[in-house]
Amino acid sequence: MSQRNRLGAGGRIDRKRPLRFTFNGVSYQGYAGDTLASALMANGVDVLNRSFKYARPRGLVTAGADEPNAIVQLGASEAGQVPNVRATQQALYEGLVAKSTNGWPNVDRDLMGVIGKLGGQFMPPGFYYKTFMSPASAWPKYEQYIRKAAGLGRSPIENDPDIYDHMNHHCDVLVVGAGPAGLAAALAAGRSGARVIVCDEQEEMGGSLLDSREQIDGKPATEWVAAVLAELAALPDVLVLPRTTANGYHDHNFVTLHQRRTEHLADVAPAADGRRQVRARMHKVRAGRVVLATGTHERPLVYARNDVPGNLVAGAVSTYIRRFGVIPGQRLVLSTSNDHAYRAALDWHDAGREVVAIVDARERPDGDLVAAARSRNIRIITGSAVIEALGKKRVSAAIVGAIDIDGFSVKGSTQELACDTIASSGGYSPVVHLAAHTGRRPVWREDILGFVSGGVPGQIPAGGVAGRWSLADALGDGFESGARAAAEAGLSTRSFTPPTVAPVREGKPVALYQVPHTKPTMRAPKQFVDQQNDVTAAGIELATREGFESIEHVKRYTGLGFGTDQGKLGNINGMAIAARVTGQTIPDTGTTVFRPNYTPITFGAIAGRHCDEFFDPRRYTALQGWHVERGAKFEEVGQWMRPWYFPQGKESMHDAVQRECSAVRERVGILDASTLGKIEIQGKDAREFLNRLYTNAWTKLEPGKCRYGLMCKDDGMVMDDGVTACLAENHFHMTTTTGGAAGVLDWMELWHQTEWPELEVYFNSTTDHWAAMTITGPNARKLLAELTDIDMSNEAFAYMDCREAKVAGVPARIFRISFTGELSFEVNVQANYAMHVWKALFEQGDKHGLTPYGTETMHVLRAEKGFIIIGQETDGSVTPEDLGMQWCVGYKKPYSWIGRRALSRPDTKRSDRKQLVGLKPLDPQLVLQEGAQIVLEKEIRIPMPMVGHVTSSYFSPTLGHGFALALLKGGSQRIGQTVFLPMADGKVHAAEVVSPVFYDPQGARQHV
Amino acid sequence: MLHIYCPHCDEHREEEEFRPKGEAHIARPTEPEKTSDEDWGNYLFFRKNPRGLHHEQWFHAAGCRKFFNVTRDTVTYEILETYKVGQQPAVTAESRKRQASDQGAAK
Ligand SMILES: [Zn+2]
Repeated sequence: MSQRNRLGAGGRIDRKRPLRFTFNGVSYQGYAGDTLASALMANGVDVLNRSFKYARPRGLVTAGADEPNAIVQLGASEAGQVPNVRATQQALYEGLVAKSTNGWPNVDRDLMGVIGKLGGQFMPPGFYYKTFMSPASAWPKYEQYIRKAAGLGRSPIENDPDIYDHMNHHCDVLVVGAGPAGLAAALAAGRSGARVIVCDEQEEMGGSLLDSREQIDGKPATEWVAAVLAELAALPDVLVLPRTTANGYHDHNFVTLHQRRTEHLADVAPAADGRRQVRARMHKVRAGRVVLATGTHERPLVYARNDVPGNLVAGAVSTYIRRFGVIPGQRLVLSTSNDHAYRAALDWHDAGREVVAIVDARERPDGDLVAAARSRNIRIITGSAVIEALGKKRVSAAIVGAIDIDGFSVKGSTQELACDTIASSGGYSPVVHLAAHTGRRPVWREDILGFVSGGVPGQIPAGGVAGRWSLADALGDGFESGARAAAEAGLSTRSFTPPTVAPVREGKPVALYQVPHTKPTMRAPKQFVDQQNDVTAAGIELATREGFESIEHVKRYTGLGFGTDQGKLGNINGMAIAARVTGQTIPDTGTTVFRPNYTPITFGAIAGRHCDEFFDPRRYTALQGWHVERGAKFEEVGQWMRPWYFPQGKESMHDAVQRECSAVRERVGILDASTLGKIEIQGKDAREFLNRLYTNAWTKLEPGKCRYGLMCKDDGMVMDDGVTACLAENHFHMTTTTGGAAGVLDWMELWHQTEWPELEVYFNSTTDHWAAMTITGPNARKLLAELTDIDMSNEAFAYMDCREAKVAGVPARIFRISFTGELSFEVNVQANYAMHVWKALFEQGDKHGLTPYGTETMHVLRAEKGFIIIGQETDGSVTPEDLGMQWCVGYKKPYSWIGRRALSRPDTKRSDRKQLVGLKPLDPQLVLQEGAQIVLEKEIRIPMPMVGHVTSSYFSPTLGHGFALALLKGGSQRIGQTVFLPMADGKVHAAEVVSPVFYDPQGARQHV
Repeated sequence: MLHIYCPHCDEHREEEEFRPKGEAHIARPTEPEKTSDEDWGNYLFFRKNPRGLHHEQWFHAAGCRKFFNVTRDTVTYEILETYKVGQQPAVTAESRKRQASDQGAAK
């Protein structure tokens, strides 16, 4: 098919560079400089999609970000798939492949169309809610079907081959939008020496100037654009970002700019100079001042069947003709409420095609553009509007009638005008989205019939967005705003004479949103307000009748503005209709909230480099290389990678853990404990600080001794635990849980800085500086004695002692503490010596049966001893007493330490609190599920009281049966009872409540 | 994203360097054991949730590691002042009311 709608000349396209592309499997040709939309229009492709709810055929309505219908799925390859691309904003490139996102099985023969036709009567707003309400169990099926029918585009199922990044900026002045006002502002600010960033979402900068009929300084407006861009490019502190959308406006002038760097070239970023290019970049800009120059969106009129392909907004017609050299059809009818839209008819006429009529809602239009139309002998029908479009997949005629706007009625008879295109204009809405992202409500201005910014600190709206619509006003406002922004950012500015523009006299527009029909709204053919979501005027009327009067409720009930276009085209018309029906004004009806993103952006751009290994930093201990070589399986603990277990050959996890457990209980094992949090505490009040921080007493802990400590929040709930060693009178080495290290340090700073600044004490994180190795088992002493220079005997180095010594020739802190219940030593050495010491231990270790073990074995061994793990046995609602750890609570300490007072609150004193117990399943082979709920009766009825849950559960090779720890209501009083654990599969397990200490309850083994 | 002036670093830094720590000026009762259950409960659990001025505690976690206070408008997110622990806010609901009535009187 040839480009039958392409004009012979004109437009900013390169006719010498034809490009091939494919839409819905058909190959077409366009030109460099085209958008996908203009190229499809050139080829006469009218139906681009099926509508969301009624599956009606839909075509192009606009030429920009406000396009509701031409939403496509882009991508030649699976990995390059991008959903929700507006064809109006997608540059054409060689080999582009696009598909409609709606339409099943395809846009021309749509199955849902059948339902859509029935939909006239059967699909009112709330249809899905009302129809698919019950049974609830059928929802997944309904949803599957509805989603397939709705077809909202899809994400790729292959990994994205492209790279993305983020960039941070500070600037004095950020200018959003590079139309006349934005370019003028950037120039004024740039000339003052300010650091300026100017961005524009389009392929080319210039905005409305790219299709303007007007001249600047007596030359075509595009020449002025080129001159300004050249000057900006030469200014050293001005960054010009085309193809860049300000997608989010956040607090304190923090604006994110989404720059598409290669999406105009291919679906996957092509290489440049042999290097991969960044496909999209998110600029995070903190701006001193923001000049908002986002212009306006034209409002279409709401008339019957205004969604038939061939209905466009007037300005888009001019854009296609003047910028892309392509014309939507042969015969135009223009329906307007204002002078400015006359441009469409003039451009159409000047392109040599027939303007059937201009239908003007006003009785006596008289501006300069009206005169220009009259001088071309274009027929003007006044006091009238297009009330209905005819045609199925393309407009075939317009029904025109005289209207009484105040009476909302059609006067007298109507006439049918044959045409293939209807352009409409109901006025211009300032693009205030970015002024509303931070929560400020826009303000209605009756004089311009539009919402303007409610005022954002540090933001200066300029030009169209501020309601200054003539070219001369927009340029003047732009220069002034740019200079003001620079001045407010502290730069001295000079004044400029704005370029000269011949004034264009425009008559007063009339307020017209929904056009009356000969039938009442509820019975007239559908008058679409929001085409992307298939919201009609009748739907809004019905919603208000059903009691949804606030515009926020109307939105949620009808779906108005909930499409990917956020109702750019339909929101004001929808509010106006709700206002008319409820007898309110538009501002009374209320404005809706706009949220980021202004237009959809890809997850790639949001993620930037924060994916794969950069998603979250991974922390490795100094021994990582050894673990990997030894074939360890790893588990993530916070950001740390810790060896989970060390399988030998094809050993299963279960078998490896059983073997590692037995090695520790019978010979000796070694664990890399480097990830434990370590905090160095010094100062004359260090001991007092510990007394207030921990639940237990630290006054009598002598240098060379260690103590286990519990920390609570001030609500009495356990938050962390660990062993702290006294190295000297004013010097302590604290350990915390692996995951809690950073939080505990913050916690200590909080209390010191805000409650007890009088205490002289200092904290320093030393987690990464020390590597820690736990050597545990009956042979631990024999092994370590071969490598140290101190007396390792039980008399000289007792349980809970700490010693400074040399291990394998390097300085070490050795703590004789035990988390396994066996004879244990925790050796800490400077991290960069860790590998040397670890290997030295293994050189001597073979004869003692030294076995490396991981976190899983550590968990089994500690659980056999009833030792808790923070976050497993605790969840922020467990007191030391709930854990049976009264021995670790210093009730007599003089200072009311953190958490103490709360332990005497009535709630923490309840006898039926959940308490830590052991569970022994009656079936010895059974391992209970962690998280399983506990009930007291075997017969299951719903509901029944749940009295606790399993916190840890393992199989113990030492005990020869499965065992668990659990929190059980009144648990300490239930030892010996049988409890039940109902499972999802219907089975009910039984277990005996026992002491949480399963192994060596006297603690003899750790004292040898 | 807020732009926060740290009174210890003496400059504006990005919000991602900071952590919010809730309402400021929550004094721990000096004699907890003599404090009633109700008062202790209020200290532990009850916080203001004002629409408008809020004095809150922030922590320059990825910066100087100091805690400090911020007076912030919870509607506009405007930060009116930041000040060190131990100091009192200059901008309060009362000071705003006074200001408003002074302006009214001047008219
Ligand atoms: Zn700081």
